[in-house]
Amino acid sequence: MPDGISGAAKFDETDRRIINALQGDFPLVPEPYRQVAADLGIAEGELLGRLDALLERRVLTRFGPMFQIERAGGAFVLAAMKVSEVDFERVTAQVNAFPEVAHNYRREHALNMWFVLATATPEGIARTVIAIEAATGLPVFAFPKEREYFVEMKLHA
Amino acid sequence: MPELDALDRRLIVATQAGLPRVSRPYDAIGGELGIGGEEVIARLRRMLETGVIRRIGAVPNHYAIGYTANGMSVWDVADERIDELGAKVGALAFVTHCYRRPRRLPDWPYNLFAMVHSRSRDEVAARVAEIEILLGDACRGHDVLYSTAILKKTGLRIAG
Repeated sequence: MPDGISGAAKFDETDRRIINALQGDFPLVPEPYRQVAADLGIAEGELLGRLDALLERRVLTRFGPMFQIERAGGAFVLAAMKVSEVDFERVTAQVNAFPEVAHNYRREHALNMWFVLATATPEGIARTVIAIEAATGLPVFAFPKEREYFVEMKLHA
Repeated sequence: MPELDALDRRLIVATQAGLPRVSRPYDAIGGELGIGGEEVIARLRRMLETGVIRRIGAVPNHYAIGYTANGMSVWDVADERIDELGAKVGALAFVTHCYRRPRRLPDWPYNLFAMVHSRSRDEVAARVAEIEILLGDACRGHDVLYSTAILKKTGLRIAG
């Protein structure tokens, strides 16, 4: 069942400070949460409890290392499809069933389904594109990254 | 390509879903892999240095923190100027990702992708106008694709 877009979630000032603090570099020390909590002026237990709750409520989608999988020998690619309204639900289920599909967004355009494929090897991308075309009966437009200009991926809460 | 050994790969698989929320998370991961927490820390630090890990931290659901308008702006930029201009677009504070990608003619004439996250579509439109000014004559056309639903979001995973 796809998530709809339900708009901004409720979180308090302490949550906001936690979200912003945790988008920085998480300490590589034996007790990192204690250090972050001390910087925020809260107890470690409170930080852990709130972090669990933010993940549970999907205010945070994940917490941990963000891997650049091409550097680990893996590959990923942005891909898009034109899906008719009548087929949309079926194709969403078929595409999302592939574990290689990391995220998938509906967008307003003739190409209305945009997803990212992530595979352990570069060959895996071509294989997965073919498998998705076979499963859905629709062409997949692949948009491999030719050059990256800047990736920040930090948003101030 | 940085050298990754079998243990590094097991460490990636063990942490790609997230870090444990316990006082000593690196010890907990080490316990699963049969190594000490210091070894986990040393390997994570090395992967940060080599760029295998971009950063360690929280990934907010941008809708939940108020960035409810997410526009993928796409631009048809003259090939001979795209690298110079792409670097400028990528440096704008409101652009979170910026890539050069192939055109797919005739369906898709755009070769520069810049993701703009804002609190409203009006704000996205204002920022897209800023990019348009920056690109000037080098740009032959553009579009903005707003997302209307998250169909799946699991993060990038490699198979264990």
